Amino acid sequence: MISNPSAAASHAPGPKATIEISNLDFYYGGFQGLKNINLRIHDKKVTAFIGPSGCGKSTLLRTLNRMYDLYPGQRAEGQILYNGRNILEPGLDVNMLRARVGMVFQKPTPFPMSVYDNIAFGVRLYENLSRGEMDERVEWALNKAALWTEVKDKLNKSGLSLSGGQQQRLCIARGVAVKPEVLLLDEPTSALDPISTAKIEELISELKGEYTIAIVTHNMQQAARCSDYTAYMYLGELVEFGETDQIFMNPGRRETQDYITGRFG
Amino acid sequence: MPSEHSSKQYDLDLEQIRSKVLLMGGLVESQFHDALECFRHGDVDRAGRVMQADEQVNRLEVTLDDACSHLIVRRQPAANDLRTVMATIKVITDLERIGDEATKIARAARSMQERGVVSINHYETVRVIADSAGALLHDALDSFARLDAQQATRLIAQDKAVDHEFRSIMRNLITFMMEDPRTISSALETLWVAKAVERIGDHAKNIAEYVIYVVEGKDIRHTDYASTAQSAQG
Repeated sequence: MISNPSAAASHAPGPKATIEISNLDFYYGGFQGLKNINLRIHDKKVTAFIGPSGCGKSTLLRTLNRMYDLYPGQRAEGQILYNGRNILEPGLDVNMLRARVGMVFQKPTPFPMSVYDNIAFGVRLYENLSRGEMDERVEWALNKAALWTEVKDKLNKSGLSLSGGQQQRLCIARGVAVKPEVLLLDEPTSALDPISTAKIEELISELKGEYTIAIVTHNMQQAARCSDYTAYMYLGELVEFGETDQIFMNPGRRETQDYITGRFG
Repeated sequence: MPSEHSSKQYDLDLEQIRSKVLLMGGLVESQFHDALECFRHGDVDRAGRVMQADEQVNRLEVTLDDACSHLIVRRQPAANDLRTVMATIKVITDLERIGDEATKIARAARSMQERGVVSINHYETVRVIADSAGALLHDALDSFARLDAQQATRLIAQDKAVDHEFRSIMRNLITFMMEDPRTISSALETLWVAKAVERIGDHAKNIAEYVIYVVEGKDIRHTDYASTAQSAQG
């Protein structure tokens, strides 16, 4: 049980951490969205972020691949070590970062291109593959996203013609096609029906053997089912971080327990 | 006391379950008390009431299991709520068994009365164990009602005394039976009664273990937790 997440995150030995967040503050102009976050995201594990709306969990996710850079007035201070390098420092190749640290959003965002090109587009930015090699990569990525059998005969059809669940899996395929190390999933199944949700949860379970995954979710049971570690956030602070079983069976902080049992507000 | 859920109905559902468990606890405590009185005085009418109460206890077990299932499917409880529901499901099983043991005592009393086989001071033989087990049961129900883990820890250690007392009773009764075979019939009935009382002590201990599970999140069944905790407290 980790009651002081800062201390535990900084000093505890244990599983290898792909991402180490230290003293992270985040600002939307004058408003502080994240306050002194200290956290380790463990290698090839799923870390879930839960908390009420506005607690900063999506904000935190978007610092991990510098997505906030796209918006003026948003800035991060502190340190985020990814494989030993602070990704907040200027001069970092953010495109390369975003290839290594991929993101999937709540609303499926397929490009207005064919299924094939949705996958190939990103790969082409980083690698020079022959037609045959690209075909293999596209098939590999779609297999990884458990979508290949459903789309193999319509690779030329628009990505937008797929169902919601399929579009989301297409976005996941697109993310893994560039061979990232980390996958950031921001409420990946909020917009999907229960069957699509179940398929994506199964996919997460398969992917975590090879990728480090961070998932933001409003669905407590999803966090309990899918993740190895869970972080509970509130008003920009990390309240508690620990193994998922511990957090959901016997959390250390009263605030965490109140949130997960619905004793809120 | 924990604060309220955002859903008032959730709190109401939990409260209804809680009050039914306490009702069930009260019923089996009365059953035990009545059964012992019946064994003491040979009151056959009282024996009948014990058995009728058992029907009500059994119905409560079914109702409560159903209520807990519904709570799980509707609310997907987590943390302390989940532990409370799991503990409730287990406690009602122990309470129902206590009711069954009390019924066995009442049946033995009725049987002895009807056959006129009272040749030893059967009640005096079990008086001590009955008092101990009765106190354990009362304290267990009390600790469950108040979620008092310290009280629960204390009474877990006390169950050993009940087990010890049973072994002592068994030796005494064997001695009676060897000395005078005419006592065998009533000695055996008394032994079953003592065994039923000892089992009630075990069930009370189980309830205390679930209290600790709810309060502290530790499953201490089949461990030496109580003795370790007692000696740690010094």
